[in-house]
Amino acid sequence: MATELQSRTARPPGGAQPLREPTAAVGDAIELQAVERTFTDRRGARVPALAGISLRVARDQLLAVVGPSGCGKTTLLELICELQAPDAGTLQSEPAVLMPQRDLLLPWLDARDNAALALRVAHVPRAEARKRAAALFAELGLEGFERAHPGELSGGMRQRVAFARTLLAGKPVLCLDEPFGALDAITRAEMQDWLVAALGRAPRTVVLVTHDVEEAVLLADRVLVLSPRPGRVIGEIAVELPRPRRRTDGAVITLRERALGLLAGARPA
Amino acid sequence: MRRVSPSRLLPPLVLVLALLGAWELYADLGSTSSFVLPAPHAVAAALWNNAGFIAANLGPTAEEVGLGILLALALGFALAVAVHLSSPLRRAVYPLAVGSQAIPVAVIAPLLVFWWGFGVLPKLVVIVLICFFPVLVTTVDGLRAIEGEQLKLLRTLDASRWQAFRFAELPAALPAALSGARIALAVGVIGAYIAESQTATSGVHAGLGHEINADLTALQTPRAYAAAFVLFALAIACFYALSVAERVLAPWAHPTRGDTT
Repeated sequence: MATELQSRTARPPGGAQPLREPTAAVGDAIELQAVERTFTDRRGARVPALAGISLRVARDQLLAVVGPSGCGKTTLLELICELQAPDAGTLQSEPAVLMPQRDLLLPWLDARDNAALALRVAHVPRAEARKRAAALFAELGLEGFERAHPGELSGGMRQRVAFARTLLAGKPVLCLDEPFGALDAITRAEMQDWLVAALGRAPRTVVLVTHDVEEAVLLADRVLVLSPRPGRVIGEIAVELPRPRRRTDGAVITLRERALGLLAGARPA
Repeated sequence: MRRVSPSRLLPPLVLVLALLGAWELYADLGSTSSFVLPAPHAVAAALWNNAGFIAANLGPTAEEVGLGILLALALGFALAVAVHLSSPLRRAVYPLAVGSQAIPVAVIAPLLVFWWGFGVLPKLVVIVLICFFPVLVTTVDGLRAIEGEQLKLLRTLDASRWQAFRFAELPAALPAALSGARIALAVGVIGAYIAESQTATSGVHAGLGHEINADLTALQTPRAYAAAFVLFALAIACFYALSVAERVLAPWAHPTRGDTT
């Protein structure tokens, strides 16, 4: 069956955008060079959020970004998704969709219509949009909950509906902002396993922001460590381990310690 | 839908009976003249003996209140949307809307009658003028309640400003507007009384407000109280009708505990 997770080449209407700009290197989905972003606070003082970030993400790679609170991780995702513009530097990316930390499901729409929101925005007829959402629900383990409203779903299920909504936007790059941060430990582990399996079946370029170093090592191909504000790249860890990975694997623990070491080293004295 | 159980009806019933009992005692002990304060049994008798007359006067008043609330809901909602989408409009309209609430109806009543005569129209205008304001305020708040994050999400899904409004802000504002209408209702019934008192009326059955004023002048105090009691019941009935409408139109704003229907 040809569903959203598997149809990477034939993108649905509303998802078939051309690249924003030709990407520099073949195979790179995202490239940032010396990107800076500064905000002005209420008293007019300038607060730098990102200072000179350079990074590349290859197509279908999963990049995890870890760093202390307030290091500009969310700003980085919003830059990639074109919700903000950099103050300096260059940024090129294939079209990217943001999955915010909170699910932000609309309480008056059922699960199916929430998932199909991007399709409705792209003027796909309602019946067709629902059909495509329903096809995805089977893969996400949400079968039978198509007509449930957000208030009737558990946290893990709401997060999966939000993920379905993100996928149905039909964009080649997914920017996930602490997608499992609000879940309890058991549900979080389930969702992590599930994400690995889903991306195994249908790879996508993913930028995953998290404050959980273990989650980064379990899921990512590469882990980028950012400094406290203003965010700079202070280290990168390649995670060349086969999947599925277990948190108790020796190699996972070693890499986790390395990432934690980098974070501790960057802490202001 | 919730079923009304006896245990839910008991507290208001006890309160009403206690108040009536105290009133009856106060009146029967001869504390005041019955022209000033008739006893509850006298009011009940007046209601019973004049049921047809009062019912005939209820018709126009109920029509004014019902139509007036609907028009106020439509006007308040439309103004709120306009004010929400355009900040120049907000700066222009909001102070006038607030100020409009301070205009004593007696000042403009002659003009309304001059324009529209003795029928229902000038009364509707008075009620809408009094009632649109709570709808405007609650709807603007409802539209603003959609957070920046939600709008950001819609933008990342490529929604236009209009689509963000249609998919997120508009449904969010609906229960807020209906809450505003319920507040408006409380002032809407007194608005109908003011409208009937201030704008001249032709015809025998001209509304409860008109009747109350005529009865008070003629020292028919028990019948005036009986009519006031009917206004009281009208307000409660309309309030619950709007609550039911809100549950039907915006069920997400009232998640039922336990069952999911």
